[in-house]
Amino acid sequence: MAVNHEVAASVKLTRTDRLAARIWKSRLDYAFLIPGLLVFGAFIFWPMIASFYYSALNWTGFGENAEFVGLANYRELLQDEFFYAAFRRSFAFMLATVPLQMILGLILAIVLNNKLLRLSTLFRAMIFLPVVSPVAVIAIVMVLMLSPFNGPINGFLLDAHLVDRAVDFLGSPQIALWTLAGIFVWKWTGITLIYWLAALQTVPAELYEAAKLDDVKTRQVIWHIVLPMIAPFAVVIGLISAIAALNVFPLIQATTQGGPFFSTEVMEVYIFRTAFAPASGQFPRLGYASAAGVLFGLSIMVLTIFQAIAVRRTRRKEAEDV
Amino acid sequence: MSDTAVASSRSQKVFLTPRRKRQITSIILAGICAVWVYPLIWMIAASFKPNSELFSNQSMIPIDPTLENYIRAWTEANLQRYFFNTLFVTVGSVVITTLAAALAGYVLGRRAFPGKWVLMGLMVFTLFIPQGYTIIPIFQLLTNLGIGQSLWGLMLATCGHNIVIFMLLFAGYFTQIPKELEEASRMDGVGPVKTFWYVMLPLAKPIVVTVVVMQALMAWNDFLLPLVITLANPAMRTLSVGIYSFKGEHFVDWGGMTASSTIAIVPIVLLFLFLQRYFIDGLAGAVKG
Repeated sequence: MAVNHEVAASVKLTRTDRLAARIWKSRLDYAFLIPGLLVFGAFIFWPMIASFYYSALNWTGFGENAEFVGLANYRELLQDEFFYAAFRRSFAFMLATVPLQMILGLILAIVLNNKLLRLSTLFRAMIFLPVVSPVAVIAIVMVLMLSPFNGPINGFLLDAHLVDRAVDFLGSPQIALWTLAGIFVWKWTGITLIYWLAALQTVPAELYEAAKLDDVKTRQVIWHIVLPMIAPFAVVIGLISAIAALNVFPLIQATTQGGPFFSTEVMEVYIFRTAFAPASGQFPRLGYASAAGVLFGLSIMVLTIFQAIAVRRTRRKEAEDV
Repeated sequence: MSDTAVASSRSQKVFLTPRRKRQITSIILAGICAVWVYPLIWMIAASFKPNSELFSNQSMIPIDPTLENYIRAWTEANLQRYFFNTLFVTVGSVVITTLAAALAGYVLGRRAFPGKWVLMGLMVFTLFIPQGYTIIPIFQLLTNLGIGQSLWGLMLATCGHNIVIFMLLFAGYFTQIPKELEEASRMDGVGPVKTFWYVMLPLAKPIVVTVVVMQALMAWNDFLLPLVITLANPAMRTLSVGIYSFKGEHFVDWGGMTASSTIAIVPIVLLFLFLQRYFIDGLAGAVKG
């Protein structure tokens, strides 16, 4: 028995020794990792963990007045109608923009994918310009363009007698969110176009040529051959676009700041308002805002996992078909 | 002979030859693109109009073109400061992010060391968590480190946005490079740091360009982080946040805003036009991977 113990201990010892030796041997590898891990740890991993902890605090952010309140923030959130409204708006915004952006991008990609089309690079660059432009600038441009006081878009609509009086695109609670959705689609369609063009590269050029020889109409080639071939990409592109559509804070903060009458207050704006810019007379509530962030983050995570499963399924199916 | 005859007779009969079709498509596309970029062109044109003309003159071309908006923005409104703040944050974060991601990606892609798979798992896991909601702890961390209201803090935090994707991009690329290259340089007595710098990093040029382009675009255009960090310190603003200083409580200086917006947009658009291929390939890589 005792001997056995000793053997076990020595085996254990050599194991830890070996691990220590291996770690020591890899010391240079760890040194290489340090800068990346510092950035990752400080600005990605730690904030994730800290969000959970903060969400259990009642905390204004000033000094050491944080008080541990457990799940109280979450309980209060589930009663907060502003939270629900912001939650709904975020997803409504996503459902409005993602399909539009994907269809528009796909049509443009199919047209621009034609190698014989001259200037297609120039057209692609023009569609892409809003993507590289700072959101803050886009916001200023759009506030001016859509202004009800002599803005060019209202000027055009009035001249063409499409409307009787100027439309307050960003100032009326009924349409402000949808106006922002339109601006968002305009800004980001360029990137969806690039994704679709990348997907179209996977369709072999011989396919088009073979179809042409058989005198098949282009429309039929696209509908029956090209679209089924790039369909698997739709899931990935949809996922990337959906996550992006939940990141509208800069656009909204720079245009309507969640107004008028909270009609454009999506989740991120709600979190920002609660944490950093409370209404006058109220204290900032960092713990409460963190709890909202955690809840919303979790719901996005569920969405992402569902879509990741869908990607896997389509990929596997594809592999089986081949 | 007979083939070409058939083809030519057919093209005479059919009005819509493929070539004509392409021409029509080009014209329609040109129209769409003109409408697409119209708002940006309009803004740039408006920046040369005096404030009095901005809303009275419906035409795009200024009647009385002037540079006074630019002069006012650059000198009075501290835009000069904001411009160099943005440049500092962008260049600094591009250098740090690219080096850090390349070093880590090299080790993750080519070396075996204890804890590697735990680390990879952790990193991939964080990809599923949206980063937009972690602004509160980031702000607190910077404050605790004493760089909460400084450009250094902003620059470091800006490095974090896409670091995981960048590390994985580098790791994926380095995995594909044949092992013989390193062995050869080790035989020649070249140390690992030099091997990385002179052999491996130049090989990864496509990824370096992608990372530089994506990080520069992100850093230059970022809004939430600089907004939160400079809430109490206006001198540290970047262009994206700073252009809103023309918005007063009762009066908005639209002329100054359009001029400073043009200043904010021109460098990044020029970068895009010069490096178009890299921008497009780099961003498309997200789908292919």
